[in-house]
Amino acid sequence: MLESAVIWWTFFKISINERLIYRADFMLGTLMRFLPTLTQIFLWWAIYDVISNNEPNNTGAEPDGNIAGYKYGDMVAYYLLVIISRAFSSMPGLTGGIANQIRNGEVKKFLIQPVDMQGCLLMQRIAHKLVYYLIATLPFALVFFLCRDFFIEGWPPPDALAVFFASLILSFLLGFYLECCIGLIGFWFLEVTSLTFIYMLMNFLLSGHMFPLELLPAEPFNIRQLVEYLPFKYLAYFPAAVFLGKIEGPELYRGLLAEIGWVVFFIVLSRILWHRGIKRYSGYGG
Amino acid sequence: MAWAGMNWGLFKIIYRHTGEIGLDSGWHEHEFFIFLGTIWIINSLIQTLFMANAAEFSELIRTGNLDFALLKPIDTQFLISFPRINWSQLPNGILGVMLIAHSLSELMQEREIYFSVFSLPAFLFFIGCGAVVMYSVMICLASTSIWFGRNQNLYNFWFYITNFYRYPMEIYQRSGVGMALWGTFTFVVPILVVSNIPARILAQPLGTPWKSWEWGLAAYAIIGSIWSLMASRWVFKRALKSYRSASS
Repeated sequence: MLESAVIWWTFFKISINERLIYRADFMLGTLMRFLPTLTQIFLWWAIYDVISNNEPNNTGAEPDGNIAGYKYGDMVAYYLLVIISRAFSSMPGLTGGIANQIRNGEVKKFLIQPVDMQGCLLMQRIAHKLVYYLIATLPFALVFFLCRDFFIEGWPPPDALAVFFASLILSFLLGFYLECCIGLIGFWFLEVTSLTFIYMLMNFLLSGHMFPLELLPAEPFNIRQLVEYLPFKYLAYFPAAVFLGKIEGPELYRGLLAEIGWVVFFIVLSRILWHRGIKRYSGYGG
Repeated sequence: MAWAGMNWGLFKIIYRHTGEIGLDSGWHEHEFFIFLGTIWIINSLIQTLFMANAAEFSELIRTGNLDFALLKPIDTQFLISFPRINWSQLPNGILGVMLIAHSLSELMQEREIYFSVFSLPAFLFFIGCGAVVMYSVMICLASTSIWFGRNQNLYNFWFYITNFYRYPMEIYQRSGVGMALWGTFTFVVPILVVSNIPARILAQPLGTPWKSWEWGLAAYAIIGSIWSLMASRWVFKRALKSYRSASS
């Protein structure tokens, strides 16, 4: 037990140092992340402008129309919050990394050494994410401070806030194990790039990364209902919607439970895939 | 290609809720999809011709292999800009052409669109200007990896910068910050102009004939593309001066 803790701690430290090598690259990347939101703000402003003007009791100053229950402020706040959820749930390079290790035979080291692959990768990710939050807190705080007026309702009630934070941490785990599973499919397919691509696409569309899920149309077929049964919405939409008070009362906890369910599901699935996979594995390459 | 499809889907959904983007700007659904198609064409041109090369350039710097390129008796910028063509990005452009053709035919049923023998050549010419400007931006971005040691974010940077040129310029002209952005991306880095002008030629969001400021903008697009090409050349040379070979 202690031994494996030491091993994991070592992986953790290595990963932190690794992350700090190219600092300029990293800092710029963090700041640039907010640029798309800036254009989103303008785009939605232009849209709400039109909608508000079509309404008879328009006051003129601030656009006050609403789309699927979102006012202009809500919409911008939603996009800002999605950046936070994505900061937790996105795992760049995880799937490809696992599949690569399987293909070029690097995965052998996990068969020989007394180290668990998922555990080691998880430590790496946690380290990367922690470094990221450490550096990114300042720009995040700045941006949210500048944009505080978009949060019409102000802070959510404490229980929603608690669910918000819990769902963020769960979204990290969900993102990690989901992508792990896709990467482990590499034991059977060797090449998972196209799979990753499909996943990325689904994620972008169905997680609410692109727009609030309420905007999805209910016909010709009911996508809106469909996403409720998929794990994707917990990667971006759910935390943001909780914060904005779009999900309330018992729904909050039902959502959280479902998210826990998904996390457990993907943890179990990734273990099964791993054990089945190494039985199939034949160690090509050096 | 799938990204393009999703982009299209996003705006299909948006236009379910609104008739126009930007009050009285004339960017209704069909006009906007012409705009979108134009963006796809420019993007696919850039990605087909320069994207892989720029990424390669960044890698050459990191590994120190740029030495070989510098030694060759040919202009370095030329050498690193064109060695490879990434055909897989071309379909997006074709999709763009199709989207434009479709939207244009829909639009013609709705209202009168002015066409002359010059429309198409002018459209293509300004698409070319657009490609030149975007190429310049990319060279500048890639050159930064000489100073940073590595520029893993090249693709991200590209994505973020192109974010600003993907929408009609009207959406920025509303507030102080917006005007600042509009000014920056019109006069400093003229990416807004080069996407807006060709789209305006076909879509004519404000009806025909063009307003005089639109003519001015078109003239400016030409100056802007020359200016950005010169600027990128300067940045490239500047960056090469600070190049210290690595690990040789």
